[in-house]
Amino acid sequence: MVAVTAGRTAQGVADAAEAGSEREAAAFDAAVAADERIEPRDWMPDAYRATLVRQMAQHAHSEIIGMQPEANWISRAPSLRRKAILMAKVQDEAGHGLYLYSAAETLGTSREELLDKLHAGRQRYSSIFNYPTLTWADVGAIGWLVDGAAITNQVPLCRCSYGPYARAMVRICKEESFHQRQGFELLLALSRGTPAQHAMAQDAVDRWWWPSLMMFGPPDDASSHSAQSMAWKIKRHSNDELRRRFVDICVPQAQALGLTLPDPDIRWNEEIGQHDYGEIDWTEFQEVLKGNGPCNDQRLAQRRTAHEEGAWVRDAAAVYADKQRARADGSGAEGTTTDAEATAHPVEATA
Amino acid sequence: MSSSTDWPLWEVFVRSRRGLSHTHAGSLHAPDAEMALRNARDLYTRRSEGVSVWVVPSTEITASSPDEKDAFFEPAGDKPYRHPTFYEIPDGVKHL
Repeated sequence: MVAVTAGRTAQGVADAAEAGSEREAAAFDAAVAADERIEPRDWMPDAYRATLVRQMAQHAHSEIIGMQPEANWISRAPSLRRKAILMAKVQDEAGHGLYLYSAAETLGTSREELLDKLHAGRQRYSSIFNYPTLTWADVGAIGWLVDGAAITNQVPLCRCSYGPYARAMVRICKEESFHQRQGFELLLALSRGTPAQHAMAQDAVDRWWWPSLMMFGPPDDASSHSAQSMAWKIKRHSNDELRRRFVDICVPQAQALGLTLPDPDIRWNEEIGQHDYGEIDWTEFQEVLKGNGPCNDQRLAQRRTAHEEGAWVRDAAAVYADKQRARADGSGAEGTTTDAEATAHPVEATA
Repeated sequence: MSSSTDWPLWEVFVRSRRGLSHTHAGSLHAPDAEMALRNARDLYTRRSEGVSVWVVPSTEITASSPDEKDAFFEPAGDKPYRHPTFYEIPDGVKHL
């Protein structure tokens, strides 16, 4: 490009880009309005992208942090059957994290960046995992209530406007159903067991009920992201709508379990055809979000440790892969630096 | 060491049962093809969802651009005669 015309050309390019992005914005709005999916390489508003990265990262982090409270009981499961089930469930949670990290990466963020932000406390995970699993019955309560709340939240996400997120959610929802049912069955066995076992089940439900309701997020009038997310069809229902739906689902299930929900204000509301429920302690929710829950520090510390202690495995796998590549290239001699290595480690290559 | 950077990304294709083609299942990171296959098995076929798996380095996939999708697919747009429904056949004519 000739220097003299550069200024005008740049302006021309800017004008064209603006007209282009207007056209693209219209295409985006039309796709969302028509209930079509947005795919990774489509144009999308920066704020839409940022909202998705935030939500999907938080979701992915929740899956892998969620492995901790349950893994806590693998070695103490009361039977081989329960142990095998719990291991499969915890492995599923890792899988769910990976589906979601992959989906988030389609938005141009790297896996490393997401993990760094989690480890630095700059991205959140669901506050529910900052509560401890004190007894074996907690494994059941997590399956029934925590996974139950997650399913209620996640089923509508299968129709989320962002294609990769929706597809990951379809896969996750299929698998979550086992999680919830094994939890229910575990609680039922305890509830029908000895008086001490029954009491243990009731105690777990008493402790997990309210935090599970908080999983749906702040009430609608205090939820900062909700309106925009619903307009973009990332979200399909409001927090309070989903929360009430969850209460409706749980009330008869608790009866079937022979356990009570720790809320004397739960009663059927004829007018709306749904249950009313008691006041949620949002101060507790805010405190746990701020990092003052019972296990915030422990969860993050354990995640960091696991990542650091796994470094040698990642290093070994990378060295092995490099060596295999070098052999395949035919240049096989020890000490030969492949092109890939030279690019990846310019300092080492020139040292 | 290289643990500070992500491993390459691989796209995973799973054949759910014999007689069907491989379908894109998702992606994963792995240092090499062999690990990518093993990770794909653990990640995408935990419930016997597949009888065969392909892994392809994501960088090896060439894709059409969404920006020019109208122009790119336009040649097929004005050729409705490529569809059987284009043709008018009198009522009662069978096996056609």
